[in-house]
Amino acid sequence: MNPFSSGTRLRDMIRSIRACKTAAEERGVVRKECAEIRASINENDPHDRHRNLAKLMFIHMLGYPTHFGQMECLKLIASPGFPEKRIGYLGLMLLLDERQEVLMLVTNSLKQDLNHTNQYVVGLALCALGNICSAEMARDLAPEVERLIQFRDPNIRKKAALCSTRIVRKVPDLAENFINAASSLLKEKHHGVLITGVQLCYELCKINDEALEFFRKKCTEGLIKTLKDITNSAYQPEYDVAGITDPFLHIRLLKLLRVLGQGDADASDLMTDILAQVATRTESNKNAGNAVLYECVETIMAIEDTSSLRVLAINILGRFLSNRDNNIRYVALNMLMKAIAFDDQAVQRHRVTILECVKDPDASIRKRALELVSLLVNANNVKQLTKDLIDYLEISDEDFKEDLSEKICSIVDKFSPEKIWYIDQMLKVLSEAGKFVKDDVWHTLIVVISNASELHGYTVRALYKAVLTYSEQETLVRVAIWCIGEYGDLLVNNVGMLGIEDPVTVTECDAVDVIEDAITRHNSDMTTKAMALVALLKLSSRFPSISERIKDIIVKQKGSLLLEMQQRAIEFNSILDRHINIRSSLVERMPVPDEAASRARRSGSLPASDSTMSKPSVSIPNGVTAAPLVDLLDLDSDDILAPPTSSGVDFLQDLLGVDLGSSPAQSGATPPPKAGTDLLLDILSIGTPSPAQNSASSIDLLSTADTLSSPAPSSIATTAPSGMFDLLDGLSPSPSKQATNGPAYPPIVAYESSSLKIEFSFSKMPGNPQTTNVQATFINLSPNTFTDFIFQAAVPKFLQLHLDPASGNILSASGKVTQNLRVTNSQHGKKSLVMRMKIGYRVNGKDVLEEGQINNFPRGL
Amino acid sequence: MIHFVLLVSRQGKVRLTKWYSPYTQKERSKVIRELSGVILSRGPKLCNFVEWRGYKVVYKRYASLYFCMCIDEDDNELEVLEIIHHFVEILDRYFGSVCELDLIFHFHKAYYILDELLIAGELQESSKKTVARIISTQDQLVEAAKEEAGSISNIIAQATK
Repeated sequence: MNPFSSGTRLRDMIRSIRACKTAAEERGVVRKECAEIRASINENDPHDRHRNLAKLMFIHMLGYPTHFGQMECLKLIASPGFPEKRIGYLGLMLLLDERQEVLMLVTNSLKQDLNHTNQYVVGLALCALGNICSAEMARDLAPEVERLIQFRDPNIRKKAALCSTRIVRKVPDLAENFINAASSLLKEKHHGVLITGVQLCYELCKINDEALEFFRKKCTEGLIKTLKDITNSAYQPEYDVAGITDPFLHIRLLKLLRVLGQGDADASDLMTDILAQVATRTESNKNAGNAVLYECVETIMAIEDTSSLRVLAINILGRFLSNRDNNIRYVALNMLMKAIAFDDQAVQRHRVTILECVKDPDASIRKRALELVSLLVNANNVKQLTKDLIDYLEISDEDFKEDLSEKICSIVDKFSPEKIWYIDQMLKVLSEAGKFVKDDVWHTLIVVISNASELHGYTVRALYKAVLTYSEQETLVRVAIWCIGEYGDLLVNNVGMLGIEDPVTVTECDAVDVIEDAITRHNSDMTTKAMALVALLKLSSRFPSISERIKDIIVKQKGSLLLEMQQRAIEFNSILDRHINIRSSLVERMPVPDEAASRARRSGSLPASDSTMSKPSVSIPNGVTAAPLVDLLDLDSDDILAPPTSSGVDFLQDLLGVDLGSSPAQSGATPPPKAGTDLLLDILSIGTPSPAQNSASSIDLLSTADTLSSPAPSSIATTAPSGMFDLLDGLSPSPSKQATNGPAYPPIVAYESSSLKIEFSFSKMPGNPQTTNVQATFINLSPNTFTDFIFQAAVPKFLQLHLDPASGNILSASGKVTQNLRVTNSQHGKKSLVMRMKIGYRVNGKDVLEEGQINNFPRGL
Repeated sequence: MIHFVLLVSRQGKVRLTKWYSPYTQKERSKVIRELSGVILSRGPKLCNFVEWRGYKVVYKRYASLYFCMCIDEDDNELEVLEIIHHFVEILDRYFGSVCELDLIFHFHKAYYILDELLIAGELQESSKKTVARIISTQDQLVEAAKEEAGSISNIIAQATK
């Protein structure tokens, strides 16, 4: 020990760090040591460098930053002594990684060390290079390494071989240079060199096709002979592991043979003997033997077909599968997945065992087995398999339920032979694992249900029974609510009974009970509750006798703290109160969505529902915008409302949202547009199935007035959320060419029909060119009186519209009503005004709707 | 190839790490934390393979230490178990009934041994005897150099007294 050395020895430092009781204490000790080391570094004293570096490495392993030590590594490597170099290279490999530029500085030292006289120094350099060299260093030093592959000492040869492996991985272009050197290594006797040489050849074959051809032609036979020798060799204590001589060498050779035989019938032919020999004669009671067998099976599977070998391989896998050792079973499951590709039958024979593995207590095995099972499914065994899997679903752990239910759903989806079976299985899955089931799964289920019209009765009864027992599975409840809402009459009247069903009497009260329960249960989430309200509305039409009760439930929700619920409750209540006549057309049966289209959309779409959630906020009166349910809210509300147009939209989301306002008669029920359809028409029709209802809801939202006589047309269509209005721009022809760019704008006839004429006259505020005041005059051209007159308008995104209350809403024959509008054009000067409008009124006891587009605004407004 | 080797104690303390693929320092700590969590929480009877981030991690527990090696999807897991065992046997032979404390106080020696066993994530030598021989030769070189340095320093020390 150098008497002049200062500072603690490595051992002492480690001891003192380990003696620390708290993290803070440890930090203190480490800080002190780092300070000493830094001081020592500054002194540039060569004696303590290696001890300092050793300490730094320990500190680094604890997780502290040690950048200041990097240059020390370089200095140590540059020192002449072996111990310094040894620790210097170790420090280099530990403290630096290949991405750091400091590494480049080592290149020169490495080059010198690769040419050192002491072979152990050469070994150090090769090791360091092989572990962390970057691509540039690889390029620089490749010639040296290549030369060293032929060095006299086997220790260096094997290191050089592995170092070359890294070089060709980093710089594949250099592969050609190593081919010859590598092939010479294959003739070695020394195991270490042989292993590394085989590894190098393997890498070369993977990277470079020329190399592959070369080795295939020249070396296959030699390799086979080597493998034969080693398999048949006598006991060698140095290399023996569990009765096998050098299993590592076996495995490397088998791997290389695999690459050589793959895709080449001749090479594969040559190998069959030795592969059969290895497969049959290797002992498989220890891990080493099994490792060799595993590799052998992999090779057999990969090379060109000789069916007897394959049978042998699958038998081995079958044996593995029933091994008690978990590792072996895992490996077998892995391999069987590959085996399915070419011999499905053989693997099917093991189906029962594989199913057992799905229930294994080990999570890794369960996962593998499940994947394998899903590959095994075909039309014949799907029913049995699904039954087994669902049985297991009931008893499996929570964390596995998710994977399992997903797999079951996809199996059922792909292979279901008939709709009724599909529905049955999905019901079972939802009952057991509903909360893990993703949205598009149950959406698809609903699509399928509505397409299977003959099964509506059966489905709704089954759902009713299920939801009584499994009411905590959210998705099940949702599907059930939807179905009961839609097909409630079938449920109650036992329509469409199938032979297999037991008769069940469900009264209207029972059905409503279920739904009420869903609303009032405290752990239902928003979607469920909202859907429940919709279902209630439907039922109020289908079950007129308990309409009162339904109304009560809805009224109770008017005071709900959830905005969505409140809005829906208020709207539905007003339908029930005032618009009882349109209720039945509102809630007629949903039009059946196209199954194929929904499937295509589902498979082509992005993570569906999320895309609808990212809509910009909509101005809702309360100012609350939060939840994703805002989308549904939007679709309900009369305002604005462009239902999302991205193709990633979840199909049913539209339906659910649209559901409220839809009636089959209107095209609004179909999901919005494919380009080409009339966008704005849909907006208005979706949002406002009838002007009367519309005005009612807007009244309730904005004011306390109860009568229809004072409509408060809210600012419709201010912030249109989607690009639909931009499309609108495209749709509408550019506004009238009667461009009068002067400040005086002539009045226009905005709309004229046989019964109604609308005139607009314009004025602008001085100093505010973007805003235009429009006075609209509505003239009744018919001999009848119009009551409940309402004018609504929608404008594209770049315009803002404000409607003042109309002067009245009764137009007598040839009477007039005026209304003021204010339009602000953010693209004033660039784009002209354009507007769509809708007029509703009542004449002779009938509701009338008129719509039109106003394109003839004077330019410059 | 083997992407990294990790030795963790039962308490989650890292005893040795070796990285054969490019990971930045930050990524390394993240990986260590994540993987330790996964492996330390596995029960005793489960299989020694874990699927993690698209790779496979083979681990084996020896007394209070977990030896973990991360490999590619298509590598032979059973062989890697053998490699781990090979490593442990060499350590055992070198330290004489190796225990965790040996690996703590002589971590650099453990690294030297690992470097004789694996380069670039591939196996280098299948004979324990050969590895032991090479290591001991290098140790002797170090001893010799130290002695030489020690003797010169003594002379200087004496001279400057």
